[in-house]
Amino acid sequence: MKIIVCIKQVPDTTEVKLDPKTGRLIRDGVPSIINPDDKNSLEAALQIKDNDPDTRVIVVSMGPPQADIALREALAMGADEAILISGREFGGSDTWATSYIIASAIKKIPDYDLILCGRQAIDGDTAQVGPQIAEQLGIPQVTYAQKIEVNGDTIIVQRQYEDFYQNIEVKMPCLITAIKELNEPRYMTPGGIADAYSVKNVTVWGFADVPVDPEKIGLKGSPTNVYRTFSPEAKGMGRILDGSDRNTVKELLSELDNKHLL
Amino acid sequence: MEIIKEKCRGCTLCAGACPFGAIVMVDGKATVTDACTNCGACESSCHFGAIVVDKAEESARDIKDYHGVWVFAEQRDGNVMSTTFELLGEGRLLADKLGVELCAVLLGYKTEGMASTLGAWGADKVIAVDNELLCNYTTDAYANVITKLVESRMPEIFLIGATTIGRDLAPRLSARLYTGLTADCTKLDIDEETHNLLQTRPAFGGNVMATIVTPNHRPQMATVRPGVMKKAPWNPAKKAVIEYVDIAIAKDDIRTRIVETVRELKQQVNLIEADIIVSGGRGVGSAEGFVLIEKLAEAFGGVVGASRAAVEAGYITADHQVGQTGKTVRPKIYVACGISGAIQHLAGMQNSGCIIAINKDADAPIFKVADYGIVGDLHKVIPILIDEIKMRVK
Ligand SMILES: Cc1cc2nc3c(=O)[nH]c(=O)nc-3n(C[C@H](O)[C@H](O)[C@H](O)COP(=O)(O)OP(=O)(O)OC[C@H]3O[C@@H](n4cnc5c(N)ncnc54)[C@H](O)[C@@H]3O)c2cc1C
Ligand SMILES: Cc1cc2nc3c(=O)[nH]c(=O)nc-3n(C[C@H](O)[C@H](O)[C@H](O)COP(=O)(O)OP(=O)(O)OC[C@H]3O[C@@H](n4cnc5c(N)ncnc54)[C@H](O)[C@@H]3O)c2cc1C
Repeated sequence: MKIIVCIKQVPDTTEVKLDPKTGRLIRDGVPSIINPDDKNSLEAALQIKDNDPDTRVIVVSMGPPQADIALREALAMGADEAILISGREFGGSDTWATSYIIASAIKKIPDYDLILCGRQAIDGDTAQVGPQIAEQLGIPQVTYAQKIEVNGDTIIVQRQYEDFYQNIEVKMPCLITAIKELNEPRYMTPGGIADAYSVKNVTVWGFADVPVDPEKIGLKGSPTNVYRTFSPEAKGMGRILDGSDRNTVKELLSELDNKHLL
Repeated sequence: MEIIKEKCRGCTLCAGACPFGAIVMVDGKATVTDACTNCGACESSCHFGAIVVDKAEESARDIKDYHGVWVFAEQRDGNVMSTTFELLGEGRLLADKLGVELCAVLLGYKTEGMASTLGAWGADKVIAVDNELLCNYTTDAYANVITKLVESRMPEIFLIGATTIGRDLAPRLSARLYTGLTADCTKLDIDEETHNLLQTRPAFGGNVMATIVTPNHRPQMATVRPGVMKKAPWNPAKKAVIEYVDIAIAKDDIRTRIVETVRELKQQVNLIEADIIVSGGRGVGSAEGFVLIEKLAEAFGGVVGASRAAVEAGYITADHQVGQTGKTVRPKIYVACGISGAIQHLAGMQNSGCIIAINKDADAPIFKVADYGIVGDLHKVIPILIDEIKMRVK
């Protein structure tokens, strides 16, 4: 099998620290990591490879040159090949343009069977790029995968919903997005790390290497624009209702009523 | 993006605001590195107008031919999801601001009953497609049918609930229609000047809010976080015009097959999806004391959470823990009882809709994030609270 895993390098936003005085995020020294869901999708690919050593796992990332580190980490975990899509022209892309660029790059990789994405990146947080890549490539998708079972040329995906799950059968080639319940990602091994920096390679594809319409990429090709960003309203001190008596409690409940919260 | 060196005062605020660490100080001036993604997060941090983020140029697409607000009327097993009513409530406000029609798009099988309720929730019109192959959601069937509807009828706004189905369907549609999609919005409005939809959403795990616009593509698509928008009052006298549209669906075009649907037993502690959470901390004092927390949760119809100190003291099991090393929750109401408000606890609950704190120490940090605080002994306050809630139900 040939599996493509899309990984995004993200700031480690779970290491959130708030400045106790200003209530603002302290972002200094926040490290970059592989997006957590993408590690689950890579692990799923590597497990398929464990069972079928003929499998090739190719990791693809679009990002700045520094994303090399994320790809090396994926190689050290066991991926076979890595492709970094990188170029100033690609900057400012929204999810539509991002998926268009990644799909255009994937079209250059012949005969893939399966594309794995994370469900959601922890920075942009949209969960849109996976399904959009599938659409751009014209292949079926199954999102929210909590279990994957390869069966000849089909896959059975356990697909999570709010309060139930479905087993969904899909023929390859297809695209699946992973959630963290899928598996427990493995660690890099010392041998793997050595290989990632010697035997294995990160191929860089720039603007000239990816067949895209320049009108459909970057800020210009993106249907959405970020119009404004701001910190979530620093919640000022709310109302303090003094006393442990019934009147205080009644006041609280009528306030909740007024706000339609009850 | 660009930094106008002359205007930069070297205050470093932008460097702190950049989520990618792409702004460094060189010779006392902010300088952009290759790590910049042009996301725009820095722009509003600069008090001196020294940061210019490139905005896309106007394109020639004719967007004036698109009219009306559409809402995807999600149904499961023949029941319209409550998110749909929220979308209709919000869609009504937007449609009225624009002076256009509000239309619900309903896909399913044997939909008459469902279609007739949508008017009462605010829809002027219902477009229904009834077909056995639409009984259960599949990406292909739903995307194919809706694409045909959008292409022939051209709505200017299309709202979809950010459910596990909406977030599968919407990106597929937006990719096919080459239009913008804003994820998981918590606020929507109309720009008075341009009439564009202003779509506000949390990003970076809720640490940054972004307002997104889709200036040159239509429809402007957004998924909307369930539980945030208000339903319009139910008005059975209001009837929508119902139009059934026949769209052929080929079985072979549906490339996924649902083998089985499995409903798991309700999880014991479902903090993530709970609308109301009542949490207890060390201040509760004992495992017996937690019975009071449970009773309050029951009265509210919510579930029980806890601080790590309460878990470590053995008052309650770890699956109830909220915070950095526990669950991150976002209920409509979070009641913190005897919890001091350590930063690791706040990290897991500060995005809750309404925070109520009960603590005997008026200086406890939890009051800084609370919408309502009661300074008092929880053992006295909670029994009264339970009593009052029960009286209301009666
Ligand atoms: C504050 C802010 C808000 C934004 N809001 C929107 C919005 O509402 N709509 C919109 O269209 N754009 C939006 N964007 C732009 C969007 O974040 C970028 O296009 C981003 O590159 C991709 O989106 P994501 O991070 O949400 O990825 P997701 O869609 O959440 O990522 C899902 C999966 O796709 C794959 N993937 C994503 N990006 C890459 C990559 N670069 N390389 C390899 N694989 C990848 C990974 O497998 C990942 O797990 C926003 C940007 C910012 C800064
Ligand atoms: C790496 C790390 C990760 C952590 N992760 C988490 C996490 O995920 N979740 C978490 O919660 N904590 C976490 N913590 C612990 C956190 O720092 C605090 O120690 C913990 O949240 C305190 O719990 P508490 O508020 O219940 O207890 P305390 O801080 O002891 O507060 C008890 C409060 O109860 C009040 N009180 C006492 N008696 C009464 C009464 N009769 N009526 C009313 N009020 C009363 C007191 O005034 C006080 O404010 C973490 C810490 C570290 C270092």
